[in-house]
Amino acid sequence: MTAMSPIARGFHRRRQEPAENAGRVPPGQYVTKDFPVLSAGPTPHTALDRWSFSIGRSGRQKTWNWAEFRALPSQDVTVDIHCVTKWTKFDTAWQGVSVDTLLDLAGHDGPFAMAHCDGGYTTNLPVADLTGGKAWVAYAYDGQPLAPEHGGPARLLVPHLYFWKSAKWVRSLELRDTNDPGFWENYGYHIYGDPWREQRYAGD
Amino acid sequence: MAGTALRRRLTWQVAKVSAVTVETASVRTLTLDVPDWPGHQAGQHLDIRLTAEDGYVAERSYSIASAPGEPVAITVERLDDGEVSPYLTDELRAGDDLELRGPIGGYFVWEPEDGGPLLLLAGGSGIVPLRSILRHRERTGSTVPVRLLYSSRTLDDVIYQAELDQPARGVEVIHTLTRQQPPGWAGYARRADAALLAEVAWPADAMPLAYACGPTSFVEAVSQALVQSGHPPERVKTERFGATGGT
Ligand SMILES: Cc1cc2nc3c(=O)[nH]c(=O)nc-3n(C[C@H](O)[C@H](O)[C@H](O)COP(=O)(O)OP(=O)(O)OC[C@H]3O[C@@H](n4cnc5c(N)ncnc54)[C@H](O)[C@@H]3O)c2cc1C
Repeated sequence: MTAMSPIARGFHRRRQEPAENAGRVPPGQYVTKDFPVLSAGPTPHTALDRWSFSIGRSGRQKTWNWAEFRALPSQDVTVDIHCVTKWTKFDTAWQGVSVDTLLDLAGHDGPFAMAHCDGGYTTNLPVADLTGGKAWVAYAYDGQPLAPEHGGPARLLVPHLYFWKSAKWVRSLELRDTNDPGFWENYGYHIYGDPWREQRYAGD
Repeated sequence: MAGTALRRRLTWQVAKVSAVTVETASVRTLTLDVPDWPGHQAGQHLDIRLTAEDGYVAERSYSIASAPGEPVAITVERLDDGEVSPYLTDELRAGDDLELRGPIGGYFVWEPEDGGPLLLLAGGSGIVPLRSILRHRERTGSTVPVRLLYSSRTLDDVIYQAELDQPARGVEVIHTLTRQQPPGWAGYARRADAALLAEVAWPADAMPLAYACGPTSFVEAVSQALVQSGHPPERVKTERFGATGGT
């Protein structure tokens, strides 16, 4: 494909990633110190006394209210995140519950998961990408409760995939046998979303 | 919130610039001759890919400015310290090649059957996909009432000014100029916030369908203000351009 690309004469790279970033920035991404916001609609504000989180097969899910969820064993993680809109942010610090812990407590398993969120947003992931210490339901960022515009009260955190998979305002992980496309995936975004293989859109 | 799925493989192709139109001192519309264009919906965007002589590649998204059925066009605002936009606004000439793929996105779109009334909120170059919606409405003979609130820095920064000065029937255009106003300016001269929306937007019980587009800060402000004044979130669609440009 690149062999066919016309040369844009007079176009030059304007910024160089510092050498110390080598190997840490996926192709086509640039490093930002900001935390940009991207979502399909306005930010929902869910009261904590009406918040709950569920995991499992549809109809027989394990559910926690806010107090119960906050009482679960949590982890502090510091990870790099990569947004499909091309920004990468280093060393973001989160606190949350590992999805391994949630699945163990629920006693459920399945090959695929659909994350459901306030506002109707959904995203699909293989369960293998949610387990093995790779994914969390995070409720604190930088030592503070997670702000609504960044997905609070709680969001999924799956840092090895493009950040739209780290669904904001997550309320449940529904286990399924099929890898059905979620919200952005239905609109042509990639079904898996690996930033290191630049899987931005369907077919990448 | 399920939409019409459009899971088509997106491939890069080389388009030709057929015309460059000066919109403002820093904004150009590029009309493109795209050999294999499957058609688009009003509100969608495309991605541009630039390859430098040394092989460096940069990609950016641009909303489609033209209505479905019209030649594909994009409207680009130059950010002086930007990488891609100065090339698109200053270097490209009619006849030049430009690599792109699209259309992309199926959420921030409007079709006549979605109805209205339509509340369009634009900050700076956020007018671009809303202009496609306005033209689509006119070309399809839709009569849904439209109110457009368009926030620009100065009058000279207003994109599509001539077109917006002659709106189609049923379309009201309301400008606010946030930085500088010409002498005798009778329009608004402040940022789009809850107070301004309370004056110009339809109330929530009119059930408008709202589209907000522009720099992230603008979109956050107006979409939150609408939801706080009772508009259901699912009637407020947003498209954030990033931290680009100003309003
Ligand atoms: C869906 C969508 C639709 C869009 N539609 C339009 C449209 O219709 N018209 C339009 O004009 N724009 C549109 N945009 C914005 C467009 O994609 C580009 O972001 C914009 O043109 C700026 O690109 P650039 O390469 O010129 O600037 P960039 O080089 O990307 O810089 C943008 C800003 O970020 C800063 N920056 C970027 N990288 C770095 C870095 N490494 N270090 C320090 N600062 C940095 C720059 O200082 C600059 O202020 C759209 C964006 C999206 C997501």
